[in-house]
Amino acid sequence: MKPARPNPLTAEQSGMVIRNRTAGLWKSVFFFATLIAIIALATLILNTCNQAFGMVATVSRTDPATLSEKPLDQLNSTELMDILRKHITTTRLKTLEAQQPLETRTQQELLDLVQERIVQPKIEASWTLFDSIFHRAEIEKIAAEEYPSGVLSFRAWLNPDFILNSMASQAEDSGVRPALLGSLYMIAITILFAFPIGVGAAIYLEEYADKKRWYNRVIQTNIDNLAGVPSIVYGILGLAIFVRLLSPLTSGELFGVDGGNGRTILSAGLTMGLLILPILIINAQEAIRSVPSSLRQASYGLGATKWQTIWNHILPYALPGILTGTILAISRAIGETAPLIVVGASTFISSDPNSPFSKFTALPIQIYDWTSRPQDVFRNSAAAAILVLLITLLSINAIAIFMRNRFSKRI
Amino acid sequence: MSTTVRHMGKSLSTTRFKPVNSGNSALAISQQLRKKHHLGETIIHVLLFLSGAISILTTIGIVFELTKESLLFFSSDGVNLIEFFTTTAWQPTIGNFGVLPLINATVMTSFFAMIIAIPLGLAAAIYLSEYASHKARSVLKPLLEILAGVPTVVYGYFALTFMTPMLRSIFGTDTVEVYNTLSAGLVMGIMILPLVSSMSEDALSAVPSGLREAAYGVGATKLETAIHVVLPAAISGIIASFIIAISRAIGETMIVALAAGSGPAFTFNPFKAAETMTGYIARISGGDLSYDTPDYNSIFAIGLLLFLVSFVLNIISRRITRRFREVYE
Repeated sequence: MKPARPNPLTAEQSGMVIRNRTAGLWKSVFFFATLIAIIALATLILNTCNQAFGMVATVSRTDPATLSEKPLDQLNSTELMDILRKHITTTRLKTLEAQQPLETRTQQELLDLVQERIVQPKIEASWTLFDSIFHRAEIEKIAAEEYPSGVLSFRAWLNPDFILNSMASQAEDSGVRPALLGSLYMIAITILFAFPIGVGAAIYLEEYADKKRWYNRVIQTNIDNLAGVPSIVYGILGLAIFVRLLSPLTSGELFGVDGGNGRTILSAGLTMGLLILPILIINAQEAIRSVPSSLRQASYGLGATKWQTIWNHILPYALPGILTGTILAISRAIGETAPLIVVGASTFISSDPNSPFSKFTALPIQIYDWTSRPQDVFRNSAAAAILVLLITLLSINAIAIFMRNRFSKRI
Repeated sequence: MSTTVRHMGKSLSTTRFKPVNSGNSALAISQQLRKKHHLGETIIHVLLFLSGAISILTTIGIVFELTKESLLFFSSDGVNLIEFFTTTAWQPTIGNFGVLPLINATVMTSFFAMIIAIPLGLAAAIYLSEYASHKARSVLKPLLEILAGVPTVVYGYFALTFMTPMLRSIFGTDTVEVYNTLSAGLVMGIMILPLVSSMSEDALSAVPSGLREAAYGVGATKLETAIHVVLPAAISGIIASFIIAISRAIGETMIVALAAGSGPAFTFNPFKAAETMTGYIARISGGDLSYDTPDYNSIFAIGLLLFLVSFVLNIISRRITRRFREVYE
């Protein structure tokens, strides 16, 4: 009988098999973790689209077929006027005539009037895109049972009217124009305020500040810490400083504008400026730091002063980087909601903002408002508004990426 | 300012090349030039310094305003500091000011967020830094950046219209309320995941490749290298990312305002509605509030609490990161 000889190769091989299997298993675990994040992103976008498009059941107070034999939009002005006279109470009619005589209105205006006053279509129920495609038959059954007089149709909640319309009490008539304009107005103020100060601070910290001095270190640490302060705290600061303390300035009283209170676009823009300032400074600092020091030395060697060097050589070189950082900071400001709520954005505004001292609403505020309403149909409007917001942000970020690529090519 | 002066002296080099024999006019011109430059440069220097100082003013403004209004709050009737931190009812209308329900809800949502964000974020970071090919990274990283760039109000909508219905269909509509802390917390975790993964990946990538090669050299597998060599070397940066993530979760407002419910409730049930500190501030300031009432002042007291917590967390994370930098640079 031979003594059993241990085979070192197999032992090690078998050990390796287990170790390799564990390694392979964990590799897939790590990969799936990454995948989950991507799936979440896809779900988020699909869920929004799912809500922003789909079947709706529209119930009209008066069936258009009872008004006329022909479809309403084929009627001429006289016929429309007849319908109006027949179906509207005389007092209402008088008010309408007082606003503008019916005879002088165009066919389109009369048609709108008929729709608005007599037909009064109202969306009673809405379904998701997924259900609309895969459970069409069930939807038709439910709609036929619950809304016998209703009309079932496919509706894209995100449509040109949605961009152009103002706020309305009905979800289907609501639009985001004042919110979109309010956001743009606010961002313009934010940029005007934060960009010069942010770039100035970055230049100071990178080119002038002697890091050995305590106050410069305090400024740097402070900026780094401010970047981590919750945005709602900035809102509270804005409420205390801009809305209340500087109310004569932000409400426009100082400039002779008849302002109510400090809850204006100006306050919101300045608050947002303070919020993005730390991010902007940190990004601009990085851009300035990446300027090769040979450029500085060459400029000094030719006898340029410090500011001449910065203005003519460092800034032009760092500008694409600074702009990229600024755009990223701005896209943060566009999506930020909490500080605006605290500063006092209004949720129902039907007129466009026309000055820095206007009351205002903004796109994220509109989304927040619509989402938190009890009626389900407003969720569809909110989804459409989210798509508008995401498309805006994506295009802004695309610009930033484009600029970053150009920048890195130059180096 | 002294830097400018010193620099000006250097760049014009007046000390070494002072014209000895030149006439008075040349000297005057040179002095004039120097003076003019000096003044302009000083003004610019001061302006730039002031831009930097605005950040200090912001901090002072935050601390001053929050403290001032908080003092008003604590000096009003029926409010005292001990009650504020120890009692479990927040009903401003009948004079109960115990902040614990709000803190409890914040801790709960943040806890659920961390359960999602920390393991998944770390795993994603390990995958991206140790396993992913260059091509995979160039696809995955921008996608994670997009996830990080989605506005929080959109996540709030997602929580309310997707996560909550899903939880309700899993656990039953009787157990899960329409507004609940679990849904808000989970979605918040998804929101914070990219932050953890990108900060941790930076820390992992900063580990010198010599360490990895040494590990491979003694026969370690990729997993063993990642877990036993790279991870411990990058641990301070990773922990710093966790702390920043916690700070983000505590300060997050819109998700909890939309999905966690409005109305303070002291509950440990994740399926029940409970208002967080940030949610409370958003609700109170979003309504018609009249200045200088305990309600109004209370948002400043809670804001101060939020500010202090996030400030301390940021400082801790910065300290840890600095130590980590000293080791590998």
